[in-house]
Amino acid sequence: MSTTTEPKHRLPQFISPRSTTEQPLSYLTAERGIRSWLFTLDHKRIGVMYLIGILTSFLMGGVMALLVRTELLTPGPTIMDADTYNHMFTLHGAIMTFLFIIPSIPAALGNFVLPLMIGAKDVAFPRMNLASLYLWVFGAVFLVAAMGLNGLDTGWTFYTPYSTTTNSSVISATMGVFILGFSSIFTGINFIATVHTMRPKGMTWFRMPLFLWSLYATAIIQVLATPVLGITLMLLIAERVAGIGIFDPALGGDPVLYQHFFWFYSHPAVYIMILPAMGIISELISTFSRTRIFGYRFLCYSSVAIALLGFLVWGHHMFTSESAMAAVIFSALTFSVSIPSGIKIFNWLATLYKGSISLTTPMCFALSFIVLFAFGGLTGLFLGALATDVHLHDTYFVVAHFHYVMMGGTLMAFIGGLFYWWPKMFGKMYNEFWGRMSCLGIFVGFNWTFFPQFLLGTKGMARRYYNYKPEFQGLHVVSTLGAFVLGVGLVICAAVLVHSLFRGRKAPPNPWGVATMEWETTSPPPVHNFEDTPKVTDPYDLEGFVLNETSGNYERRPAGITSSQKPSEVKA
Amino acid sequence: MIAEASSATQAPSRFRAHHFETAEQQYAASKLGMWLFLVTEVLFFGGLFVAYAVFRTLHPEVFMNSAQLLDTRLGAINTVILLFSSLTMAWAVRCSQLGQQRGLVICLSLTIFAAIVFLGIKGVEYSHKWHEGHLWASQYSSGDAASVGGFDRAGTFFSIYFAMTGLHAIHIVAGIAAIGWVLMRSLRGDFGPNYFTPVDTVGLYWHLVDLVWIFLFPLLYLIG
Repeated sequence: MSTTTEPKHRLPQFISPRSTTEQPLSYLTAERGIRSWLFTLDHKRIGVMYLIGILTSFLMGGVMALLVRTELLTPGPTIMDADTYNHMFTLHGAIMTFLFIIPSIPAALGNFVLPLMIGAKDVAFPRMNLASLYLWVFGAVFLVAAMGLNGLDTGWTFYTPYSTTTNSSVISATMGVFILGFSSIFTGINFIATVHTMRPKGMTWFRMPLFLWSLYATAIIQVLATPVLGITLMLLIAERVAGIGIFDPALGGDPVLYQHFFWFYSHPAVYIMILPAMGIISELISTFSRTRIFGYRFLCYSSVAIALLGFLVWGHHMFTSESAMAAVIFSALTFSVSIPSGIKIFNWLATLYKGSISLTTPMCFALSFIVLFAFGGLTGLFLGALATDVHLHDTYFVVAHFHYVMMGGTLMAFIGGLFYWWPKMFGKMYNEFWGRMSCLGIFVGFNWTFFPQFLLGTKGMARRYYNYKPEFQGLHVVSTLGAFVLGVGLVICAAVLVHSLFRGRKAPPNPWGVATMEWETTSPPPVHNFEDTPKVTDPYDLEGFVLNETSGNYERRPAGITSSQKPSEVKA
Repeated sequence: MIAEASSATQAPSRFRAHHFETAEQQYAASKLGMWLFLVTEVLFFGGLFVAYAVFRTLHPEVFMNSAQLLDTRLGAINTVILLFSSLTMAWAVRCSQLGQQRGLVICLSLTIFAAIVFLGIKGVEYSHKWHEGHLWASQYSSGDAASVGGFDRAGTFFSIYFAMTGLHAIHIVAGIAAIGWVLMRSLRGDFGPNYFTPVDTVGLYWHLVDLVWIFLFPLLYLIG
């Protein structure tokens, strides 16, 4: 903003005075008042506002998940009628997918970190960045408005012909998703243009931190896939409003064509969700093993490979409604995605090998990610194989599989990344013990909830059903209990982060001893990110930093001293 | 293009945003951003082209027969008008690079004029279709093609016709708004050899809108 502000060392209300007495003006304190937030062009403030928005959505979707699980405690009605149940699981899915997971890492963490990582002052198009935030808000309003109108009971996939005949608020919801798509496209265009044109001299493609590679690969998918969802939803709205007969079989249309269109976006979209998560994991594993990342180039190439292969597998969502030949081809292509995914897992494991591992909270989440993602990925192979998919499709096995990948994968990485960059974002250290406890709670609760669903699926329990046979009840009860444990873990996690804002130790510039550029500036950074333009260095030169025991900050090892002094473990 | 990009280096600082090191960097970023946006536009229209391909493959005879109901003469006139507007738009970019203030304003005005004439002719075509009942699937009410199973297959062709040309018309309207904005700024004297990014990027968008029509015209009008 162009308004001149005299440097008054006033504090935002949520930071306690004792820790910020000598703080230089940060992006949080430089300007005050609600207008300075709503009209900001600062990528860091936009990232923080995105963070608040998506965490609110996550809370909403999470409460719905708990209600759905509670309903499933018994066959038949438990706490809601069948119609409410249909609305509830639909909105859980739609909110979690479109409002939470897709924007979570790129729009919130990526927005904050990407310009800092390349030593820039902002993204290439700051106004478009703010526009994407407002589009997100409008999209969210339309999507959530469906709840207040006639609800939404189509499932998050809006399959025709049901979505063109139901009397629930499909138009409001799809309009919301259409707008959210533009928000996602704007973020993608911004990130690609920023990475291409704003890298500093000396940061070649293969000297970029891996998180940037993964955000770049994600942005490619956002730009290429999202418009197809846009036109699909426009046609769906036209079908409902005017009856254009593209998808409606009663007018000569083809409902399976809708599925092809929808999954041409929505399958690549699962890579929009997981790729940035993999980028975070690469940073975390390397940092907290205090070793150079293993197989850097392979990790770069595998991100791009996943982004491109992801476009060729949409047909595996229609194995039962397409030709046998198409199904075989899509099955083979689906298997090919496991190669770059496997490369990533093995490179992370090789990085851990003989590393000096410190089990900080972000590292606990990163290790959980590897376990859960491996589970999710391997069970995906059962669904990609035609013979087993006939038995497993549309059962709880599918539900468990994508929750292992999306929640055990993306959510774990998101929370890990949130803890990792939290000191940089808000200048506060969180409580390490309770951070680890929250990870334990989430890990245990997660497996408790979703592992039984694999068993339910193999026994034939169909997804999205309100009622079920009595023999399924035992596993449903186990799963529901786990969901509440998971909820408790997430509440602890939120409490740890909120507590740190008020009572947390002041964060040093580089609490983890990382060589990527965002740690060269103060925590939190000043408005223009860096007091002096940082020098481009090797992003994985972890050896070059030593811990200053008194300040808790890692400092560059003075030239000439090459001691193999081990950095002591970060204290809680 | 390289000479032009480097001439942007001496741009007046009032149009360089604070976060760019040089005006050249800003120009490169804007240009790339617009190209990426055009990629999304291609994919946006791409969905409709796929729908066209699917239904034409399934019912080639319906498409052949229905296409004859379109007015090829009006379509051809519109094609010429859009090609002319592409010329004036490209000329406008050149004028801004050479600092020819009057030429820039004239070319942009001509482009907007051509776009409005295009929409007018499109409107005439739409009203003909309306009166003849050549409408989308659920509203199709003409005895021209054989009726099968309670609905008329020709309606599918017209659904696709209206979806594609309608979406294209919306893009023309957006183009008029964007060129109008550039015209306002050029009346203010914002553009010259040192700074012409908006003229250039809006020009790119306009060429894409033309290009889409270049595909729509033969696929819809000339297949009969």
